[in-house]
Order: sequence, then C-alpha cells, then structure tokens
Amino acid sequence: MKISVIKNILEANDRIAQENRTIFDEKGLMVINLMSSPGAGKTCLLEKTVDALKDDLRIGVIEGDVQSSQDAERIAKSGIPVVQINTGGACHLDGNMIRDTFQEFNFDALDLLVVENVGNLVCPAEFKVGEDFKAMILSVTEGDDKPAKYPLMFHESKVLLINKIDLLPYVDCSIEKIREEALKINPHMIMFEISCKTGEGLEAWYAWLKQETKSRRSA
Amino acid sequence: MVILFWKVRRLFMHEMSIAQNLIEIIKDEMIRHDAKALKSALLHVGQLTAIVPESLSFCFEVMTSGTEMEGAELIIEIIPLKAMCRECEKTFEVQDYAFECPYCGSSDIETVAGQDLSIVEMEVN
Repeated sequence: MKISVIKNILEANDRIAQENRTIFDEKGLMVINLMSSPGAGKTCLLEKTVDALKDDLRIGVIEGDVQSSQDAERIAKSGIPVVQINTGGACHLDGNMIRDTFQEFNFDALDLLVVENVGNLVCPAEFKVGEDFKAMILSVTEGDDKPAKYPLMFHESKVLLINKIDLLPYVDCSIEKIREEALKINPHMIMFEISCKTGEGLEAWYAWLKQETKSRRSA
Repeated sequence: MVILFWKVRRLFMHEMSIAQNLIEIIKDEMIRHDAKALKSALLHVGQLTAIVPESLSFCFEVMTSGTEMEGAELIIEIIPLKAMCRECEKTFEVQDYAFECPYCGSSDIETVAGQDLSIVEMEVN
C-alpha cells in the first residue's frame, strides 16, 4: 500500500524555532545565530563585541560546543549572562536546545542574544533556532574557495565577517574572490573585513550591530 | 555561568538528527494507517541543502534496525535548485549557485525549489 505523506522532515524543529521566535518577538529581543568553522574566531569576535558594546546594549550569549565550557568561561569574564550548551556529540544546535536555556535568562533585561553555534560550516545552516538572522565568520586562513564549497551556509547568512585580515600577507587568499563568490550565492550579503587580533574593521561592525539592534528594539 | 548537557542518541553528523525526525514522521503515519512493515519511503532532498544522501541512508539503516522499518529502502530524489526573478518574473534553474537571473541579470530573485527536505510517499505492508 502506498501512502502519500508530503511533510517537511524538519517540521518538528521548525515549529519549536518558531515558538522560540514568538517569545523573542514578545520581548523585543534581537537574536543572532553565529556560525563558522572551528577556529574562525567566533568566541574572540564575541569577546571584543561584548566589550565594545556592553555600555550601549544589554547582551546575553549562548555558547554551543560538543564538549567543554571554555568558551562560556571566556565570555563570563565580561560579566554578561552566558549559558553553555554541550551537545554531547551533535554537530549543531537546534530549537529545543535553545529553549532549554530560557529559564537561565531574564529576557526583559536583554537587548541582544547571540547564539554561538557549534563550529561547523555545514550542519548548523540546516537548523533554525528562532533567530532574527544568521551571521557567519570566514577567516582568511581557511581560503577563498569556501563560498563555492559550502553554498548553503553563505546562502542562509545575512552577514559575513571576513576575519584575520592581518594574516593576508602570509596566506594565498583573495578577499575580492571571497566577496565575489559570496555575492554570487547571496547577492544581498552584508560583509565586514575584520581582524579580531588588531581590531581593524571592527568599528564598522559594532556600529552596524548597534544600529540593527536598536531598530529591532523600536520595531 | 550555567552548563546544560545534551546527551547522545545523536552521532557526529546532522543526518542522524534528520533520520530521527524522519523516523518519527514515518512511525506516526504507520500507526495511523495500521501498517505492519515499511517497504520504502520517497524523499525529496533539495540541491541547496547540506544533506549527504549516503549518510542519511546509513543513519536510517542503523537507527531502524530491529524495528518495523528494518530493511526499508530510502529513495532519495534530488530536487534541482530553481528560482524566480522578481524583475522579469521568469523561472530558471540556478547554475553553479549563482543567484542571478540569466535573462535580465537582476539579483532580486526568489528560490522556488531546491531547498526541500521532505518525505513525499511511503510504501507499507
């Protein structure tokens, strides 16, 4: 017997993500799903961003890792609320994991929640967590062929931060090629060239993020 | 600082989570139709997803072993990436992930197919 089904396989997660989203909307909270490969600089970018903006924005962070609480410990030093999720093997965060952190936050006292996903350029792009938008980091040491190799991540991300530009003299990586390839996949992608090490380019990112969060709050 | 632990039933590939979701849907449908065994399931997987069909089939096989779904075949149909241009309203297949209209050059386009991840049909006994 043949049965016609026609169901989105990820509908269970999509539904939970939508429920999360409704809660974030009620609180006027902006939520960013931050993704990259391991070692591209997600936690470092967060440390810098929190330090630069903590007088202007009330920021909370969810750290996703397979194991360890090292990232949450780094963020906790800046005195903002942070929850570490250890996925115990899973290569991505999902809506359910995010929902489990809600009891640990007071969303009324936050403007911006950043979800630092598990380091991976593939899987996290497939699972919504209830975010306003996805942002990704690509470091120049990873190479300029990454947009072509991982199109889904580049297609789904609103923002691309090209990190470690201080290392450009030492690597065979063309920023122009990254920009060109990324814009081919996602013509509306917003890009920042930054170095979390030297601080170059970060001011533009801070200003943009502050503006986006404030307009989200007043929406 | 708070640490929350999530524990296994998941392997290191996200196809495992997807297989888990798929199995839940199939299980519900089998109960609804009073089916005893699953013979096959037809899936539509879009070109613009990060799914490796072989990994999904492997996860499904491992996770259904010893159940009423054991031995069932996953038929995975890859759905090409298609988009519609909002300027000239033509529909086209997206080549090399270039999101630009081949007719008028506009980049104001909307994906209409190729991001699917769905179960379409199943055959049961």
